[in-house]
Amino acid sequence: MRYPFPVGKSDFIQGDEAIARAAILAGCRFYAGYPITPASEIFEAMALYMPLVDGVSIQMEDEIASIAAIIGASWAGAKAMTATSGPGFSLMQENIGYAVMTETPIVVVDVQRGGPSTGQPTLAAQGDIMQAIWGTHGDHSLIVLSPSTVQEAFDLTIRAFNLAEKYRTPVVLLTDAEIAHMRERVYIPRPEEIELVERKLPANEEEAKFPFGDLHGDGVPPMPIFGKGYKTYVTGLTHDERGRPRTVEAEVHERLIRRIIGKIENNKHDIITYNTFELDDAEIAIISTGIVSRSGVRAVKILREKGIKAGLLKLNTIWPFDFDMIEELAERVRKIYVPEMNLGQLYHLVKEGANGKAEVELIPKIGGEVHTPMEIVERVVG
Amino acid sequence: MYLKSAYDIRDKYLRKDMLPTIFCPGCGIGSALQYTLRAIDDLGLNPDEIVWVSGIGCSSRVPGFVNFDGLHTTHGRALAFATGIKLANPNLKIIAFMGDGDAAAIGGNHFIHAIRRNLDVTVILINNFTYGMTGGQVAPTALKGLRGTTAPYGQFENPFDIADLAVSAGANYVARWSVFNYLQGINSIKKALSKEGFTLVEFLSPCPISFGRRNRMKTAPELLRWYQKITVPLAKAKKMPPEELEGKIVIGEFVDRDRPGLVREYEAYKRRAKKMMGWEE
Ligand SMILES: Cc1ncc(C[n+]2csc(CCOP(=O)(O)OP(=O)(O)O)c2C)c(N)n1
Ligand code: SF4
Repeated sequence: MRYPFPVGKSDFIQGDEAIARAAILAGCRFYAGYPITPASEIFEAMALYMPLVDGVSIQMEDEIASIAAIIGASWAGAKAMTATSGPGFSLMQENIGYAVMTETPIVVVDVQRGGPSTGQPTLAAQGDIMQAIWGTHGDHSLIVLSPSTVQEAFDLTIRAFNLAEKYRTPVVLLTDAEIAHMRERVYIPRPEEIELVERKLPANEEEAKFPFGDLHGDGVPPMPIFGKGYKTYVTGLTHDERGRPRTVEAEVHERLIRRIIGKIENNKHDIITYNTFELDDAEIAIISTGIVSRSGVRAVKILREKGIKAGLLKLNTIWPFDFDMIEELAERVRKIYVPEMNLGQLYHLVKEGANGKAEVELIPKIGGEVHTPMEIVERVVG
Repeated sequence: MYLKSAYDIRDKYLRKDMLPTIFCPGCGIGSALQYTLRAIDDLGLNPDEIVWVSGIGCSSRVPGFVNFDGLHTTHGRALAFATGIKLANPNLKIIAFMGDGDAAAIGGNHFIHAIRRNLDVTVILINNFTYGMTGGQVAPTALKGLRGTTAPYGQFENPFDIADLAVSAGANYVARWSVFNYLQGINSIKKALSKEGFTLVEFLSPCPISFGRRNRMKTAPELLRWYQKITVPLAKAKKMPPEELEGKIVIGEFVDRDRPGLVREYEAYKRRAKKMMGWEE
């Protein structure tokens, strides 16, 4: 396989470019999108690369069509991705629910910008955390990942594809304008260095009859892709294990939805990753995600210099959320600070996790700039 | 043409465990479905290579009843999903079964763009002038004066002529019949399924329950007589003055051409890309 970019070496590239290259190395061969700042460069890179690797890149009429197309492509057997920003992500929500309900592996990148509405197209924000987790209607679960460096944007894109395939679910890569447009050194591995997960296919005709049945006890049914003669019917309506619509029976709905949520929740510890910095003996914890974590690290250093035992917890996975871990942390520290580039979204999750065991304080910031380390330090020092 | 019995077609292609269908007595969707299956049968197409796609509505329930791979998607979006299926696996033949509201209202944008791209898909469009599934609201195809629950005093907007729209947007094949024109209907579907690019067969289809009841046509035969009254064959329409065509619907074959389909265009695009990058001669 020949790649249209150098592999096995480092390159100095933007976050958007890193996401595109990672997708291709992860095996993505279908990209559908609609231009929007600050996500357009992902599309532009995919447009350049896809035809060369025998993949498809297509500009759809809108974001609704884009996500619809990648879901279709996934059922035809392809690893598929789309990328957008807040307004487009809002348009995608109905079909994100469809992907959840039909258990379709797809990757959706949301490069956040300031909102609501068209807001601040070119500036960074973290205002879509709640939308990513709860944007679609009904009871559901999906996976949301968040990088804080360009290298992480690359690594988490590969992980997004792996998790999507493994759990047959949509995965949202939630990043922001700052990372999307920032250039950093990224190591682009050779394909042999990357561990890829492929979706579980039915082992035989019999398994293929139950595209939505928990055949292996792990909550993840094998996915009979189209064109193999399995005659699979896929519907967003509540359906039984065979995929037949059963819309009025409470127990069928409950069984389906609980399994779809369960396959994520029960595998929380496989899905969730985080990094800590100086957290072991910390009395003050800073919990953050994405670009803000970088100011968080610096803030911790400054606080330590001032003799304050501060530490940082950087969440790379925003959903599923490890409420228990936060509670354990809350039992150990005096206070938790949550700096985020919005008026309080991650804060709600952290507060619920802390469960009253420690005081949780929000450090909000909106308008397009990342918190400076001193802004965090000053809040902690008081 | 030799016609197999309807039972043979049913036994060969329907999912028995899904029967009976949800369709009301006198509904035309079953007829259009039967014609589609007959066309597939006559052409000897391999069911394993066909995927049925639909949006939401009574018409869109069809993929659930046929024993093929099928994707029952969100309201109006069938053709967008189809774009992904077809481009990801060009060996699959795609049949999109959709309602007039599904295709021309909420899905209007996807509809015109799928045609503009010449997406390789055969659309079977059920035009019943109404939103059947949600109980008889007006559709964008409803002729002026027709009643629906959301236009209780008679539609005041202009209707879309879907076939006309498809021709101007660039479809390779467009035909419109009422479900009572069964031979023409089957032949058109056969033609549509045999061509590359975007092909559309629109059926004027009786919906006695949601539509007929509100427009003083409670049964399929009443609707049949109305269709006979309002439809004009294309050859005849060409000779009629525009005033006389007011409020009428032209039926027939509107276009039959062979522009390259999206799959072929993308294959050429891929080759061009590789050539421009010096990857291939
Ligand atoms: C986003 C969205 N809006 C509205 C609906 C409700 N809805 C279901 S079917 C339908 C209209 C169906 O009419 P048509 O497409 O003409 O098909 P028919 O039922 O007449 O065959 C509507 C509005 C929906 N399911 N999703
Ligand atoms: S409501 Fe109308 S379109 Fe729907 S099944 Fe009944 S007759 Fe057919």
